[in-house]
Amino acid sequence: MNAIEVCNLTKQYPKFYLDHVNLTLPCGCIMGFVGENGAGKSTTIKAILDMIHTDEGSINLLGATTEKERVQVKDDIGVVFDSSGYPDNLNALQVGKIQKCIYTLWDDEVYTQYLEKFVIDPKKKIKDYSRGMKMKLSIATALSHHAKLLILDEATSGLDPVFRDQVLDVFYDFIQEENHSILISSHIVSDLERICDYVTFIHKGKIIVSEEKDELLEKYRLVKVSREQLDELEEGAVIGKRVGEYGCDALVNIHRIPENFHTERATLEEIMVYMMKEE
Amino acid sequence: MNIFISNTSGEPIYSQICCQLKEQILSGDLKPGEALPSIRALAKDLRVSVITTKRAYEELEKEKLINSVAGKGSFVAEKNLEIMREQNLRKMETYMQEISRLGKSLGMDYEDAADMLKEWWKGEL
Repeated sequence: MNAIEVCNLTKQYPKFYLDHVNLTLPCGCIMGFVGENGAGKSTTIKAILDMIHTDEGSINLLGATTEKERVQVKDDIGVVFDSSGYPDNLNALQVGKIQKCIYTLWDDEVYTQYLEKFVIDPKKKIKDYSRGMKMKLSIATALSHHAKLLILDEATSGLDPVFRDQVLDVFYDFIQEENHSILISSHIVSDLERICDYVTFIHKGKIIVSEEKDELLEKYRLVKVSREQLDELEEGAVIGKRVGEYGCDALVNIHRIPENFHTERATLEEIMVYMMKEE
Repeated sequence: MNIFISNTSGEPIYSQICCQLKEQILSGDLKPGEALPSIRALAKDLRVSVITTKRAYEELEKEKLINSVAGKGSFVAEKNLEIMREQNLRKMETYMQEISRLGKSLGMDYEDAADMLKEWWKGEL
């Protein structure tokens, strides 16, 4: 079963076009949704959550295929956006009370545990929070109603490395349940490099790649070559290149690299950069 | 059980996990019948993706080194150690053939090659 299935999702804005987006997140998996700022990550996520109307395409969210059905399954979803949206004059305790009225399975005990874990003072007003603390509060609320699916939009971007690391642990705890899934969008790829099962790259409203991370990492290699050598490579073998005066780097299809070329493994970030590089 | 993942090695992570588990099963550090961590717990511990650990276990299952029981977990296989020993012996034979071939091509004689092996065997190189 799939937690999320998006098929041919299309949305036209005056200056932006979300172009037939397809995306499938199987249950029990984590997908990294990656793209530069303005690539369409948030638009896609908003469409999945019915926060915007779409022009075309179908969405299956935890088995719910109509907007009406999807309202029901939202009880099983935890969402974190890059800004929390809670009124500034509330404190964490009051936020908890509000959430309790929204989610049928809200769990005060779990919430308290997360507040302690993230060192959030329940009585401190949100307006006195740092950006990192606001994010921690959002993550704590998203995880305190026994959700089956977590959707996070740029949730870890503004956080320090120590807390990002702590969040990864929280995600790992969450997916210990086999039916739990996570969709996480970010432009910081290194966070996602290890934890994600699937990676989806979006660029200018189009999905460039959506597949198993391990397979993607095995598909390409970086080569460091001279210009002459670069010209030797078959047409279509080069995914992206950086041509320098004193040497060139190129991301190349692993099956089409001549034997004498020196190759290196490419990180997810390098793959993303080369794939999205304009000629 | 210990597994060390290297990010700089050219080897895919699933294969690193697979090889290290295999070594520990063959050396007897992991005993027949011993329970392995769940794929999700192992992914968390090693900080890799679930699909990665799953794939490592699948490879080991294919080689009949572990058994996975739905709902119970994965265990080191009971009786396939003999098969593995056999496999490793065959692997040694292949390497030895290669060593003989390379040695001859370098104009070495048997004693030289045997001396070289001896040094490696004793761990003095």
